[in-house]
Amino acid sequence: MSGARPKEAPRLRDALLPFAVLAGALAAWEAVVRISSIPPYVLPAPSLIGETLVKDREILFSSLLVTLTTALEALALATIGGVALALLISRSRWMERALMPFAIVLQVTPIIAIAPLLLVYLAPAEAVLVCAFLVAFFPILANTSLGLASVDRALVELFDLYRASPWQKLVYLRAPAALPQFFAGLRIGGGLALIGAIAAELAAGAAGQGAGLAFRISEAGYRLDIPRMFAALALVSLGGVVIYAALTALSRLALSRWHESARGLDD
Amino acid sequence: MTAVVETEARPLVSLRGVGKSFANGVAALEHFDLDLRDAEFLTLLGPSGCGKSTALRLIAGLAAPSAGAIDWRDPSAAHNIGFVFQEATLLPWADVFSNVYLPLRLAGKTRDNAAPLVRETLALVGLAEFETALPRQLSGGMKMRVAIARALVTRPKLLLMDEPFAALDEVTRFRLGDDLLAMKQRLETTIVFVTHSIYESVYLSTRILALAARGGAIVDEIDIDSTIARDEEFRTSPQFAQFARRASAALRGAYGEELR
Repeated sequence: MSGARPKEAPRLRDALLPFAVLAGALAAWEAVVRISSIPPYVLPAPSLIGETLVKDREILFSSLLVTLTTALEALALATIGGVALALLISRSRWMERALMPFAIVLQVTPIIAIAPLLLVYLAPAEAVLVCAFLVAFFPILANTSLGLASVDRALVELFDLYRASPWQKLVYLRAPAALPQFFAGLRIGGGLALIGAIAAELAAGAAGQGAGLAFRISEAGYRLDIPRMFAALALVSLGGVVIYAALTALSRLALSRWHESARGLDD
Repeated sequence: MTAVVETEARPLVSLRGVGKSFANGVAALEHFDLDLRDAEFLTLLGPSGCGKSTALRLIAGLAAPSAGAIDWRDPSAAHNIGFVFQEATLLPWADVFSNVYLPLRLAGKTRDNAAPLVRETLALVGLAEFETALPRQLSGGMKMRVAIARALVTRPKLLLMDEPFAALDEVTRFRLGDDLLAMKQRLETTIVFVTHSIYESVYLSTRILALAARGGAIVDEIDIDSTIARDEEFRTSPQFAQFARRASAALRGAYGEELR
């Protein structure tokens, strides 16, 4: 389908291109800061941000670990909850009518508005976990539901012809058919779990509590420690990239044998 | 309406006054009668929407008739039917072996228990070498062969086929037709085949029912001697042309009603 197979060298070039762009942008940034002698509390140079990352590594990386752990725990809970509810909903229209509106209300309410309220009732770490869960939950539920519902009619009839039980239909037909949609939801949920965790940490940070990366950002903000704000921000981005890359790899591993969405240029 | 076969006490299946109307009031099939003889190759020939697919689905039990009765000589045979859809409808994530194994798996057979039968059936359709291939790696004709193997793996008495070759090119269609006849002979399966191709129906069938454009009224019944060898010679013979002309005339009549 993809015509001629791309040669090794151009593929390597394609892979390196974004890194070259990043390096160029950082170099330009560095140059502007040095030439115009911009003070670090206005805009720190990338080299200073790098130094800060090394200097404050203990506190920053342990915070990264706290935030990532929370996001992943929330994602795991959202996956279990989202898939379980999607299965329930797929079994009965009645359940869908009863439950879907609540899921949608949760989805459309900005998490940043819920976080302060949760902090009233829960310890900061718990509130962060719940926030991350709430935002990751919906895309997993919605995508899995869609996947479970959009099975080829003829295949359903084939299973009917052989008098398959509802359980057999789920295991041999609906579940594998829903996998691509599920993984799409999981990737979205993974990114949102991090956003939810960060939003809740900022709200908790405003109250002077917390241990995650966003708390470090707001803490450094109060102290006008701009280089550390940037360093923490860089780690947040890195965390997001790691989550996305891991989930993409997982999805490819599970689907690449058969599904178009996961079969890059190699085929 | 059918010539009675004296040698068989009762037909394999008989449909008496069968009707099917849908919730929107459309009657896909009305007062449909059919006696299915053992080991015949029956083709339901008709324009789109004439109810031929509906008749097939009723026999398969995929839909319930809204009128009339469907009687099986051996009720247990009603639970062992092969069905081939218009598309191959394979599980895209499962390899050829697993796709053919599916009906046996759903019947509770273990993979090891089913393996000899699955392999034998794959050999029958000429795909012994392709056990581990995925559907996306196969051509349209090969996918259809997998679908046929899946339908035959339970060794059904009755095989129902709903325009199975419609999406294939002509050469592939010819070859699959020949192979289908060979398999039928080997397994002594009765086949009900739905198509709107006159030539396909004449080449494959021992009996053709031409259906009217609406409601499934039978406008003509054409018997084709089962002893005639089905090969290239038959395809180009005057005899073939004669059958084709008759089927064509019947179909024209069926369409004519619709156009008036």
